[in-house]
Amino acid sequence: MSEPLAAAPKAELCELVAVVYAGDYVNKLSGQRIERECLTRMERGCRALVINFRDTELVNSIGVSILLGVIDEAERRGARVAFTNVSLHTLKLFELLGLTRLVLLADSDESALATLEEFSAQPNGH
Amino acid sequence: MSDSTRMVLHAFAALADLGEEIAETSDFEEMVRSALHVVLGAMGIRRGAVAEFDRERGALHFVAARGYDDARALDLSPKSQPTANGNGGHAAQDFARVERELREKLSGVEVVTPLVVRGELVGVILLGGKASGEQFTQEEKELARALGRHVAVGMHNHRLLREVERRAEENRNLYESLKGSYKDTVRAFAAAIDCKDKYTQGHSERVGKYSEIIAREMGWKDDEVEAIAIGGYLHDVGKLVVDRDIINAPYRIDAKQSSELNRHPAAGYEILRPITHPFADIPLMARYHHERPDGRGYPEGLTEEQIPPGARIVSLADSFDAMTTDRPYRRRRTFEEVVADFRRNAGRQFSTNVVLALCRALLKEARGETRPRHMIRMLGKDYVEEQTLPALVQLIADLESGSAATV
Repeated sequence: MSEPLAAAPKAELCELVAVVYAGDYVNKLSGQRIERECLTRMERGCRALVINFRDTELVNSIGVSILLGVIDEAERRGARVAFTNVSLHTLKLFELLGLTRLVLLADSDESALATLEEFSAQPNGH
Repeated sequence: MSDSTRMVLHAFAALADLGEEIAETSDFEEMVRSALHVVLGAMGIRRGAVAEFDRERGALHFVAARGYDDARALDLSPKSQPTANGNGGHAAQDFARVERELREKLSGVEVVTPLVVRGELVGVILLGGKASGEQFTQEEKELARALGRHVAVGMHNHRLLREVERRAEENRNLYESLKGSYKDTVRAFAAAIDCKDKYTQGHSERVGKYSEIIAREMGWKDDEVEAIAIGGYLHDVGKLVVDRDIINAPYRIDAKQSSELNRHPAAGYEILRPITHPFADIPLMARYHHERPDGRGYPEGLTEEQIPPGARIVSLADSFDAMTTDRPYRRRRTFEEVVADFRRNAGRQFSTNVVLALCRALLKEARGETRPRHMIRMLGKDYVEEQTLPALVQLIADLESGSAATV
């Protein structure tokens, strides 16, 4: 991905795992950017997505819905999603809304990548 | 902060998000898609759809859906006549039937929320599959209903807006149709005027067309050009009250007869004044089309600035047609003679800028620079000969260099 705006998500691409950075406020606009980025990566063969929330201070209802859509799409394609660097406030919200039951949570991209690479290296992701 | 407080705050924020999306999104489908996102995101729901209720057919139309891939193709047309009749108050009956059908035909529907405005069902929201895997709580169903009320108002307002747009389009079409009828009536009227004068068949129509061409050349707006064409058609309507023998005299009329004939501009004004025209100033074009910039015209002897712009144009168009058509007592003038007349009378009998516009338009047609060539067709294709064009070009140059008045 080319160098994005400060608040825009960015992704570091490797063959099977991609890291997408959420901005400081995940709403309709930034959520759609995350969604586009994730879909593009999955279409190119990514089987594991890491969404890094290190800059995220707020996720609104539309942002939550879009993240749920990304998780569902990944599920349909046999890919997995990890959330990393989630702040306590956002983590509580994700827990209450059930998102944490659908994704892998990790403190850092490295630990998420280690788990996901293991996952994506398995045939059919299993 | 407790979990319940956190959820209440998230719900409040969702309500605010929803209000913003409804108020700021002009595209109906985009607004509904965003509204669905808000509802799903407010409660962490994986599947949902928003459908619009068609009162006329009593059927549902899915506008946005996620996770209900079969919803869009679902035929929910009623088996019986719809209960809604457009008067409102049937929301409960409509909703009961729609909810029953939805639950029968779609799998995984956990909550169906009616979208009701003023007792009328405008649509439904379907929800199913919370991310937590838990059942919907009573509070969540209440929240869905609260959000649904806002979505319903948004959809209703969009529907009203579409209805207003449809009616506006109908009115536009009706207006165009009435304008067409008006123009046809005017043309028929113009033909009736010309019938009275056996020597000037088609004069009114030609004056209308010349006026239109001149006005367009002068940069008038489309509706103003339409108006002046009408003014041209009707400029001689006052001749209806003039004795036919005077109009058709095969000789130069005497002073008394001339005085009688000169009544026609004022008479035309009186005929046209009580009529509500779609364009302004048409009666004035009839009244003042024999006025001259030098103040020697009639009926009031107005000077250049006092003569309405439309009347100045109709005046030249009228004289130009008179010069270029045969009359009982003389043949039409040659084009060189017309150019000479324009040179002599620009600023005196005719407004200079109007003469300039007519000459420019005529030159463009003669050179084939504009199509269709209405003036050349009306004048006859051999009337403006190639060798006469330099005189026209020179006249334009002279008028441009000496022109100061504006219309």
